[in-house]
Amino acid sequence: MLSKRVIACMDVRDGQVVKGVQFQDLRHAGDPAELAKRYNVEGIDEVVVLDITATLEGRRTLADTVRAVAAEIFLPLAVGGGIRSESDAATVIEAGADKVSLNTAALKQPELITALANRYGSQAVIVAIDAKRHDDRFAVYVRSGSTDAARDAVEWAREAEARGAGEILLTSMDRDGTKSGFDCALTAAVSRAVNIPVIASGGAGGVEHFVDVFTDGCADAALAASIFHYAESSVHELKVHLRDHGIPVRL
Amino acid sequence: MIALVDYKAGNLTSVRKALGTLGAAFFTPESSAELEGVDGVIVPGVGHFSSTAHLDAGWRQAIEGRVLAGVPLLGICVGMQWLFEGSEESPDCPGLGVLPGHCTRLAGNQAAGVKVPHVGWNALVPPAGASSRLLAGVAPGAQVYFTHSYAGPVTNDCVAATTHGTETFSAAVERGKVFGVQFHPEKSSDVGLRILTNFLEVCR
Repeated sequence: MLSKRVIACMDVRDGQVVKGVQFQDLRHAGDPAELAKRYNVEGIDEVVVLDITATLEGRRTLADTVRAVAAEIFLPLAVGGGIRSESDAATVIEAGADKVSLNTAALKQPELITALANRYGSQAVIVAIDAKRHDDRFAVYVRSGSTDAARDAVEWAREAEARGAGEILLTSMDRDGTKSGFDCALTAAVSRAVNIPVIASGGAGGVEHFVDVFTDGCADAALAASIFHYAESSVHELKVHLRDHGIPVRL
Repeated sequence: MIALVDYKAGNLTSVRKALGTLGAAFFTPESSAELEGVDGVIVPGVGHFSSTAHLDAGWRQAIEGRVLAGVPLLGICVGMQWLFEGSEESPDCPGLGVLPGHCTRLAGNQAAGVKVPHVGWNALVPPAGASSRLLAGVAPGAQVYFTHSYAGPVTNDCVAATTHGTETFSAAVERGKVFGVQFHPEKSSDVGLRILTNFLEVCR
């Protein structure tokens, strides 16, 4: 039976891991390669590196970061943040990324999804969706969560799948950094609407939140950052807890 | 010396890194003639089955020639599917045909949450009585990383099967010194490195 994946995410700025609360108030959390080395032995199933560097100079260091992280792990590695073209994607893939995650660029130029899927296969293309509740709907935000894209998250996920995306990385902006639990309603709505895996993100604070998102949320994978960075929750304990709740995991 | 065949189906970075970590001597041949004298051949691959069309008659003959000479061959992901006679993904593009059978698309079951592509970690289940050099030291039920939509059938060559939803397919095949893995050993942590080590041992 296919295991539910537990994914560790590193938000990287200027080559260093940082973690924000609701996309702000960044605080320093360490060296990406050091963290990756720890994840590789702790039983994390996959690693995501999200580059939140705003400057062009900083972005040039991303390939170096990806290379350093890839050198430490024999796990799937996804890289996102500021990937706007085939050549941006090629740079991080050649540096050792197995998948690229597109966000703003996918909405602005959805043909990029198809171009990358044709070149590297759908399995290499993640479309990241940052969503926020608007009454009973989920609205898509872009530009690091600053701009309302005037799109519905469920509808956009379906289109991304049709255009060749292999996975959806779905972040609840309302929950991001709050440690109050994943947005299961959001995750379930998107997961039921598509036939590709959905990675839930935003709100992980404790083991119960992972149980909830894998059951009520119908998530195929769940991503967290800070709870793994600061070793607040052991990956092994988390997976034992999931297994004890009947959720298939890799132990 | 191991030949890592590049047919432009995605990136070889991870496989190179894994082989390098294991201390294997390897190169990427520029032409099929360079397969002469190698100790092992790896056909990796992610992406579409049609990309194997880059392996033209010259490559096919050279690889078949190595197999006939008893040189170990390992196909990874699409590289394993290519060992079969063909795939539904690209019916006009024949496989190498060193293993009987055709690869088919996983059906999945959206209502039951069984999604395609099959992405993630899943268990290797050896058939009763199967013995495998490739999987030596790998515990039954050990998990490895998959990402694919098509898969090869469970035949007599199957040394580990994997089940997604209600569908069971060949996760690893072995016939003489022809080996194939549907999963990515280079992304499957210690279990994957063990399997690659076992292949390198057979190449010695």
